[in-house]
Amino acid sequence: MSSVRVLVGTRKGAFILTSDGTRQQWEVSGPHFGGWEIYHVKGSPVNPNRLYASQSSSWFGQVLQRSDDGGRMWEPAGNKFVYDGTPGTHKWYDGTPHPWEFKRVWHLEPSLTEPDVVYAGIEDAGLFRSTDGARTWQELPGLRTHESGAGWQPGAGGLCLHTIVLDPVNPDRMYIAISAAGAFRTDDGAKSWRPINRGLKSQYIPNPEAEVGHCVHRIAMHRSRPDVLFMQKHWDVMRTDDAGERWREVSGNLPTDFGFVIDVHAHEPDTIYVVPIKSDSEHYPPDGRLRVYRSRTGGNDWEPLGNGLPQRDCYVNVLRDSMAVDALDPCGIYFGTTGGQVYGSADGGDRWAPIVRDLPAVLSVEVQTLS
Amino acid sequence: MIRLVLPPHLQTLARVGAEVTLDVRGPVTQRAILDAIEARYPTLRGTIRDQVTQQRRAYVRFFACQEDVSHDPPDAPLPDPVATGAEPFLVVGALAGG
Repeated sequence: MSSVRVLVGTRKGAFILTSDGTRQQWEVSGPHFGGWEIYHVKGSPVNPNRLYASQSSSWFGQVLQRSDDGGRMWEPAGNKFVYDGTPGTHKWYDGTPHPWEFKRVWHLEPSLTEPDVVYAGIEDAGLFRSTDGARTWQELPGLRTHESGAGWQPGAGGLCLHTIVLDPVNPDRMYIAISAAGAFRTDDGAKSWRPINRGLKSQYIPNPEAEVGHCVHRIAMHRSRPDVLFMQKHWDVMRTDDAGERWREVSGNLPTDFGFVIDVHAHEPDTIYVVPIKSDSEHYPPDGRLRVYRSRTGGNDWEPLGNGLPQRDCYVNVLRDSMAVDALDPCGIYFGTTGGQVYGSADGGDRWAPIVRDLPAVLSVEVQTLS
Repeated sequence: MIRLVLPPHLQTLARVGAEVTLDVRGPVTQRAILDAIEARYPTLRGTIRDQVTQQRRAYVRFFACQEDVSHDPPDAPLPDPVATGAEPFLVVGALAGG
């Protein structure tokens, strides 16, 4: 029988939630690395027992952890992230030059084909790769040294590379997103990159339709249609059907199109999920009602899903890496909140229930479907 | 032997107790102690000082003989009681809430 393993990163440690395929009863293990910020935990699609975790602290910096038994035992891996060459400067909040400085790993993306290959998106924005199971890391400098790089400015959370999407068909193609530079694509295995932000409009930058400078919060893809991407931007939910050549807004009837997460149903490539957040300065759901919105039409037409979610006095946020879907049928949807709840739905979003209610603030949620 | 006290999170990371003893060759300095602890426990690299610049991390302090020596030069000799093992060298995380 299939089972699922939910990997949760929080402000004060990692937690692993496991259940059988019914997804009714859950076991909770953790905290792993208690007291440390766990920005992301993710497993290898090739070897599901190989997990990688980004562990960091304002006091003691960045640590990478690796498990080869599904998260029971962990060993520290390599934590040396050094920019290639002389990194120079990017722009600071006030527009002045600021040196590139490694701060933390936001996102880990294991290869779709090689268990020892894993990518890391870091702050200040850079893309690193390990080919030895996270023991050593090398920058893929073509991104940071893009001609626009010296002009990238941080969002409020820092100049972070937070999203890495690997093309399941074309191994040379990859998408990344940076706050607040925007989305970029490589077609040559990360040697060169180009911005893919045409169609985005952002009123908070001098030229709302600039080639770079957009605060992209999250990008999601269904593996059966790798040229179709969905984006939750600082404001606006967007869609592209041509691998980012052109985006169009699909916010439609959402109560607010601000938010952080976006994901795609495992078996229905036009069914997508977002969690609307009131505004960029009010990081909580509208009207104190926590609702996931689902579109079965690839955007524009959205329905609220609140069955089992708090519908009054709820003022949590759902951060950008905190939603994931499993591969069971019916598809399971999971998300975590800054209030420490992890909610799950075993029926595609129709009904929700808390798996845990009182964790530290949730930073990331990933799901593994195990056979 | 030099006695080194690590903060609790680094004890957990290195899987050691509160106090570690180290054999430091040559003059006993901050740099010599940190080189020795990182050589024995490579997982501590980058957690006390930056791996490239060797700069002490901002929220980490070094205490010796009830003095804050965080801003002393890394190659300055530490007090004799630390060098002889009579007093420990303390690596301390700054106080913080949350």
